[in-house]
Amino acid sequence: MEMLEDPETGKKQREGRRYLSRAANIDKAGPPPNLPGSGACHESPEKEGGASPKHQWKREWAGSRLGIGGGACPAGPMRTLGAERLLGTGGRRMADVVLFEFLHTEMVAELWAQDPDPGPGGQKVSLSVLEGMGFRVGQALGERLPRETLAFREELDVLKFLCKDVWAAVFQKQMDSLRTNHQGTYVLQDNSFPLLIRMASGLQYLEEAPKFLAFTCGLLRGTLSTLGIKSLVTASVAALPACKFQVVIQRS
Amino acid sequence: MSRQANRGTESKKMSSELFTLTYGALVTQLCKDYENDEDVNKQLDKMGYNIGVRLIEDFLARSNVGRCHDFRETADVIAKVAFKMYLGITPSITNWSPAGDEFSLILENNPLVDFVELPDNHSSLIYSNLLCGVLRGALEMIRKLRYTANT
Repeated sequence: MEMLEDPETGKKQREGRRYLSRAANIDKAGPPPNLPGSGACHESPEKEGGASPKHQWKREWAGSRLGIGGGACPAGPMRTLGAERLLGTGGRRMADVVLFEFLHTEMVAELWAQDPDPGPGGQKVSLSVLEGMGFRVGQALGERLPRETLAFREELDVLKFLCKDVWAAVFQKQMDSLRTNHQGTYVLQDNSFPLLIRMASGLQYLEEAPKFLAFTCGLLRGTLSTLGIKSLVTASVAALPACKFQVVIQRS
Repeated sequence: MSRQANRGTESKKMSSELFTLTYGALVTQLCKDYENDEDVNKQLDKMGYNIGVRLIEDFLARSNVGRCHDFRETADVIAKVAFKMYLGITPSITNWSPAGDEFSLILENNPLVDFVELPDNHSSLIYSNLLCGVLRGALEMIRKLRYTANT
């Protein structure tokens, strides 16, 4: 199992966290990504090549430190061109964020209650339905971006855009950190994810957390898809309300 | 299970586009899950109701609106305060019944239906039915509160 090395302390961390169930990776309501058959756990970056050196995980950016002497991220504009569009500034109508939160909670409850099969098979369907809805919304969001936004120079820029602009537009905050191994895997960390905040903190309701992340995983995957990147997005929660989104770029 | 986050009277806004898109995805999914429009309408109403009973707490905590003395005042608060606060629109109030116990809210620019087109085979779908449920849930809670206060 791949060990994530924290670049700051050099300490290695075991993957002891809860992940979305394996099944959620496999069936998607949207076009199913071609899964390389590995399980719910961390997608090993080694799958691409043969013998692989230990991958160095570089902390690309610490969102909260931006603007105060920088972080690991080279200075760039805080917002890209598409941000005004996404953020609803520039004369667009605004809605209260609470509406989205309540609607999301209700959607999770609704899609869960509906399923007659309470076993793992039923769970799989519900998670993938939620993920599929998020995917469609993410795609639509991406389609609403002006052309200039789409001219990203490299993949990392797209991920930073997700962390800053998209996250700010949807959740009114930036992602707290972005890590990558420069081999197509990115880990996006949010220390206080708004859709989990109302639930609890710590380990209570850890079981329920994946349901509240499925839609957002789809949203990320959908936005990436419109920006020309095929990916697989999973989420994990160690302790509410912090969570991590793992984006694995699918190169066919 | 849910715990109200303590946000005081501060309100955070987002582009209503995301809400519109999410709502659209929800209705699409419900249309797939249920065979006929009537069931979708009922489901939307039910979900709206569940949202409404929680939304009213949020509204009362943030709006500083006092007790309404009559139904007309309630209508005003709904249209001019609540809709404005949550959706950024102010529907118009019309069509009062002679007894003053019924009125209509007309939404000229309903954000839920931005960019939405209904196909012909869903003619009895009440697309915005969630809103009806929300109002129903919220008002029912108010009525209950009133009862409690009087006892």
